[in-house]
Amino acid sequence: MAKSNKPVVWSLFAAGGTLAALLAPVLALLFLLAALGRAPELLGYARLHAFAANPLGKLFLLTVIALFLWHAAHRLRVALHDFGLRRDRLVAVVVYLAAGTGTALSLLYLARI
Amino acid sequence: MSRRPFVRLVSGTRWYFGHPRYLRYMSREVTCIFIGAFALLLLRAVERLSAGQAAYASFLAAIAGPWSALGLSLVVIFALHNAVSWFNVTPKALPVQIGEGFLPGGFIVAAHYAAWILVSLAVLLFAGVL
Amino acid sequence: MNERMVQLEVLRYDPQVDDEPHFQHYEVPCKEEWVVLDALNAIKESIDPTLNYRWSCHMAVCGSCGMMINGEPRLSCHAFLRGFAGVIRVEPLAHFPIERDLVTVADDFIDKLKRVKPYLIPGEPRPIGAGEYLQTPAQLMKYRHFSMCINCMLCYAACPQYALQPLFLGPAAITLAHRYNLDSRDGGREQRQQVIATDEGVWECSFVGACSEVCPKAVDPAAALQQVKVASTLDWFREHLLPGSAT
Repeated sequence: MAKSNKPVVWSLFAAGGTLAALLAPVLALLFLLAALGRAPELLGYARLHAFAANPLGKLFLLTVIALFLWHAAHRLRVALHDFGLRRDRLVAVVVYLAAGTGTALSLLYLARI
Repeated sequence: MSRRPFVRLVSGTRWYFGHPRYLRYMSREVTCIFIGAFALLLLRAVERLSAGQAAYASFLAAIAGPWSALGLSLVVIFALHNAVSWFNVTPKALPVQIGEGFLPGGFIVAAHYAAWILVSLAVLLFAGVL
Repeated sequence: MNERMVQLEVLRYDPQVDDEPHFQHYEVPCKEEWVVLDALNAIKESIDPTLNYRWSCHMAVCGSCGMMINGEPRLSCHAFLRGFAGVIRVEPLAHFPIERDLVTVADDFIDKLKRVKPYLIPGEPRPIGAGEYLQTPAQLMKYRHFSMCINCMLCYAACPQYALQPLFLGPAAITLAHRYNLDSRDGGREQRQQVIATDEGVWECSFVGACSEVCPKAVDPAAALQQVKVASTLDWFREHLLPGSAT
């Protein structure tokens, strides 16, 4: 049995999990406030556009979106197996393809700003 | 003397009801659905942002309301669950040996919680909430 | 010393007679300070000599008397009767085939243990005249807690991934591989990585953490496996991204 290539996706999962642990609660809270009709200043068009237009802002948004997606994709693959879906190879292709597409789209959208 | 070992089968779809710790584990694993959904929401926000002011304003209007608030509340709760379960096991993955002893796991966990609180406060300040 | 009647439900299986296991009820007079193993010994001695189970040391060292006690993998020599109320359900260790009564077939674990080469493999041959391998206390402490494993297999009985994927090398075997990999006297890490850094090795682990919760010797296999994942991930990037280091 050869050494596994899972380190590639596991490292993205682990990095994403750490970033999500640090940032997901507070970022989701910002959007929850917006849903309650009390959108924070940062989520206003002017502020957010200026943030996303800045190269560091772009890098931040890209990192957050991509790593959250890869984290979720890998854990979803494991969870589906745990729930009894045993087509692991197919599941892996679907979830990683989704995470990859999301990463590419976020790059594209951020490049437009 | 004939051997005839008996194999007990484990259900592939319901095994996690077999012990509370398995349910706790599964509750951690399903956080990924909410983290993933939130990432898609962020992606959508960036897409609308790139489409101009009017598009972004309609996005903000679309996510306002009780159902969004409920969904985002769930995201916050599961994101907290992910954070706590993640930080609590950091000493296992990354132990720190100092001389003959190890840094107590509680220190490593506490350092992560401290960083978490600082980052959260910084984001809230930057966002204009505080 | 106080005595009380203790009720036990013990899973019985006789391969020559039974198609499947069934519970048998026993009521046995026990002393207050007894453990479940003492109750089983009392049954075998004075109630039912046909009951089969493994045990040896009666002091949580030999690792032979692991069984499911009220659904939890425990060493029966370490499970005090005073910690239980009502009927105590005793079954053979989960996830292993039942040989007879409480005796399981451990061949799969023994085979996996052999495959990870859980012994020192010196990096270079060394003449006896060169003396002993010296190790500092700090080098010893690096792996000492992982060396406390008594091969009792409770972690396998707790691990759902081992139940779902029987090819999984499992907690104890990978932990012991890690223990030798961390040893300053050892040079066999790459040989073990060929076995444990595989899909059926450490990467089958999803960090349920049950192994560490049931380990009677506080070995913390879950920690060892996470550390193996981190180290194997660093290996992967070294082997694939650094020029001239492909193996």
